Amino acid sequence: MITIVDYGMGNAGSLQNMIRKAGGESRISANREEIAKASKLILPGVGSFDNGITKLNETGILDILHIKVIQDKTPILCICLGMQMITRQSEEGKMPGLGWINAKTIRFKFTKESNLRIPHMGWNTVKIKKNTPLFYDMHQEPRFYFVHSFYVVCEDKDDIVTTTDYGLEFVSSLQRDNIFATQFHPEKSHLYGIKLIHNFIAM
Amino acid sequence: MLKTRVIPSLLIRNGGLIKTVRFKNARYVGDPINAIKVFNDKEVDELAVIDIDASRDNRGPDFKMLGRINKEAFMPLAYGGGVSTLEQVRKVLGLGYEKIIINSHAIQNRSFITEAANICGSQSVVVCIDVKKTVFGGYHVYDHLKKKVHKIVALDYACEVEKRGAGELLIYSVDRDGTFGGYDIALLKVITSGVSIPVVALGGAGNIKDFSAAVGEAGVSAVSAGSFFVFHGPHRAVLITYPDRNELENVLA
Repeated sequence: MITIVDYGMGNAGSLQNMIRKAGGESRISANREEIAKASKLILPGVGSFDNGITKLNETGILDILHIKVIQDKTPILCICLGMQMITRQSEEGKMPGLGWINAKTIRFKFTKESNLRIPHMGWNTVKIKKNTPLFYDMHQEPRFYFVHSFYVVCEDKDDIVTTTDYGLEFVSSLQRDNIFATQFHPEKSHLYGIKLIHNFIAM
Repeated sequence: MLKTRVIPSLLIRNGGLIKTVRFKNARYVGDPINAIKVFNDKEVDELAVIDIDASRDNRGPDFKMLGRINKEAFMPLAYGGGVSTLEQVRKVLGLGYEKIIINSHAIQNRSFITEAANICGSQSVVVCIDVKKTVFGGYHVYDHLKKKVHKIVALDYACEVEKRGAGELLIYSVDRDGTFGGYDIALLKVITSGVSIPVVALGGAGNIKDFSAAVGEAGVSAVSAGSFFVFHGPHRAVLITYPDRNELENVLA
């Protein structure tokens, strides 16, 4: 069963809806045993970096999550703030990230003349850079919903799955072994999101 | 390229979908869940749900209704109406809404914007500003509870809420609401030139060309409308619609 990690910072309800729509089953949990038994994990996230890391710490499941992901290689999908939290650090906060991938999170910086607003909010397209099961048989020119002011910079370029243009080309999704992460919200991206979640279920 | 969002704004009263003209003459449009199903099928970019009586009645959000709405919506959702505590903010976002819209409570308690942004990030905090043109031609904040125009100048207020941590502004023209007469482009220009966060236009759209005017001439990041999506034809028959994707992309390209 897919277990959505519940640390009070995500839109777990929407994810559960989307998983159901895509033909899967899930539960929302912060229970150690349930996390340990999960066949797949989702780390959602809406909110600020330090608050997210703090809440995740407070659940007392970080050690078990670490074992599941790093040792057991359980597939995990990290979404939005979830993607940022698995990097080493973020310009948004002072606390260290989980460091599951060799990357850091930095803020968009634009000049007034560029006319680009922060947050990057709305629908944008992604360019697929490497094949991954998550984008298997995906529609042409998939578009997804983004809401974020910070973005992930991968030090291992091989981790990059898709990029998106917003003032610059940034990493909109990545994969390292069993770790999948999207900056966009598949659970809010209509048929494109359903397809992506369906692919995650089918993995 | 970021696509311009086109956002239906749904006004709720007593659990029913309604629509106003210049913030008056509320007309019952139908069942909100039904409308949301239609909007979901049409793959709308985003939806804003606003409970217009929650603040007036001094009650919080109707979480049961919000939950029912979210079950049918696979698109980004924003909720506004009676949000005045951080607990309510958490609960709305926890239900699966991306954004909360703060209006009346932000006017009285501006630090609430910062507190909300601290727990959920600025990107989830939308401040809605109801704006009315005064007899002298200035744009002032309108108080929909007391039904009067504040002394606060809309641009000053917009700049302040940006500083306090709002991630987006919903600029709602009282004078254009429900009129189909087009957005107040001059008002939108004033606001977009003064702030750097995304501005969403609301009030007056009657035609999809109005969307391109708001984007092209006033520089808004997104456009919203109510009547445009729920009424059809000269007699304003109720019909929930959303323009074809290609049509929108042509107009907004």
